[in-house]
Amino acid sequence: MIKKAFTKEHFVKYVLIAFALSSLLFLFLIFIFILAEGLPLFQKVGLKNIIFGFKWAPTKGSFGIFPMVVSSFLVTFGALIIGAPLGLSCAIYLSEYSGKRLKLFLKPALELLAGIPSVVYGFLGVIYIVPLVRNYFGGAGFSLLATSVILGVMILPTVISISFDSLMSVPKTYREGSFAMGATKWQTIYKVIIPSARSGILASFILGMGRAIGETMAVIMVAGNALRIPTSILDPLRTLTSNIALELAYATGDHRLSLFSTGVVLLVIIMTLNYIANFAIKRRVLK
Amino acid sequence: MRINPRFVDKLVKIGLNAQAFFTVAILVAIVAIIFFKGSPYLNMEFIFSSPVDMGRHGGIFSTIVGTIFLVLLSIFVATPLGVGTAIFLTEYTKESWFTKTIRFGVESLAGIPSILYGLFGFIFFVIKLGMGWSLMAGVLTITIMILPTIIRTSEEAIKAVPRNLRIVSYSLSATKWETVTKVVLPSAGPGILTGIMLSVGRAVGETAAVIFTMGSSLRLPTSLMDSGRTMAVHFYILAREGISMQKAYATALVLVLSILLINIIAYYIMNKVTSKYS
Repeated sequence: MIKKAFTKEHFVKYVLIAFALSSLLFLFLIFIFILAEGLPLFQKVGLKNIIFGFKWAPTKGSFGIFPMVVSSFLVTFGALIIGAPLGLSCAIYLSEYSGKRLKLFLKPALELLAGIPSVVYGFLGVIYIVPLVRNYFGGAGFSLLATSVILGVMILPTVISISFDSLMSVPKTYREGSFAMGATKWQTIYKVIIPSARSGILASFILGMGRAIGETMAVIMVAGNALRIPTSILDPLRTLTSNIALELAYATGDHRLSLFSTGVVLLVIIMTLNYIANFAIKRRVLK
Repeated sequence: MRINPRFVDKLVKIGLNAQAFFTVAILVAIVAIIFFKGSPYLNMEFIFSSPVDMGRHGGIFSTIVGTIFLVLLSIFVATPLGVGTAIFLTEYTKESWFTKTIRFGVESLAGIPSILYGLFGFIFFVIKLGMGWSLMAGVLTITIMILPTIIRTSEEAIKAVPRNLRIVSYSLSATKWETVTKVVLPSAGPGILTGIMLSVGRAVGETAAVIFTMGSSLRLPTSLMDSGRTMAVHFYILAREGISMQKAYATALVLVLSILLINIIAYYIMNKVTSKYS
């Protein structure tokens, strides 16, 4: 009887270890398969000709994705310019100004923004933001500006929820100490609370960037997908993610491989951003 | 000239109020637009009849069924894997290089954007394993995608179970597994359910990872090897190819309402749990 229980416990433990290892296995598979498809072309055509190449004509042997790399970063910074101040302000409002009841209502409401699918954002962008840009600023409307606005709204939940958590983790004594010295609320927030929460706030911006640079369907719908580096905020552009999604369904041969090369570049950028964000969050915990 | 700090304080307060209000207004506007534009075209016939002529006429029944199949099967695979991982990380080991490696893996999976899941699912499941565009390929891809959410929320839920409960169970000479299944999991259940509901919400709204693995066939999938179309993919195709704006709005309404409902249930469960333990 005792022996039977013993073996069952062991069995359970090994099954659970196998389950836990499955996440690592999946990560490994994702890396291996994207790299295995994406790297050979780097070898064949040359790293420089892909990452710094200007011409994308994958059926004619030109695999330059430089304009897309630049565009991806442009829309990401555009999203950050719009989403970061707004998100941080909301987080400050939630943690420092709103009453308890309002907080209980507002935080989940804002997080529901994250649940709305990206295609819906893209669709509303096409219907409302693109014509707005076209009528008031000129151009076709499908532009860096429109994409930045949509992505800026889409990163709000990430920015708000992580900044909020880091603002809330600033000890109450800091606030009391500052008030006791006669500082106003804003002086306290600006000089005491934000500096103490800065690594968490930074992490929220970086994770927001990660979300923006990885976003695909909404971007395809509003960016215009033109194959050149935009010279103004009203120019259309094509990001790394859109490049993959636009052509994967029909690509064959080297063309398909080149989309995986695009994926490799995207994977490297995303992993770097996540690593930096994790580092910033960990440092906060250590402190 | 020195500006009065109290005046600045008031100004900032007004500014922050306005920005928080603005953000909530965006959310309300999104939901309101979808609701008012979609509701005139939403009726029983739209839900229970299948798309005709690429979705120009008819309803979205086959895409609703496609969504339900994809989501339920993914949850069915991902839940044991995810909850098992969480149990292992919290109950069966101490913090070590091994758990750190697994946590790193989970964190990394969580950060990968959905288009890369689509790319991976396409090359691995669809091409290399020869599944073709199929429900099966979609389910496996979505399973991997939602796994990190389930693991993290389950871990939080299991950690929140008071230590005393475990000690009492052990003192009654229960084994570890008995303690986990009869004491820990029942208390952590609602928290785990929240994670599952949030994953359902994410899977329902997913497009990029689904379109390249499950495909976009409008026929009702009858086996795991059939291609199918989810509501989100259908909506994307309707809107992007300009097939029918009316149908697009109505589809968006069904999509957004189901996701909001799922997420509200998730938060409701979560709130009940937090109030229970605090």
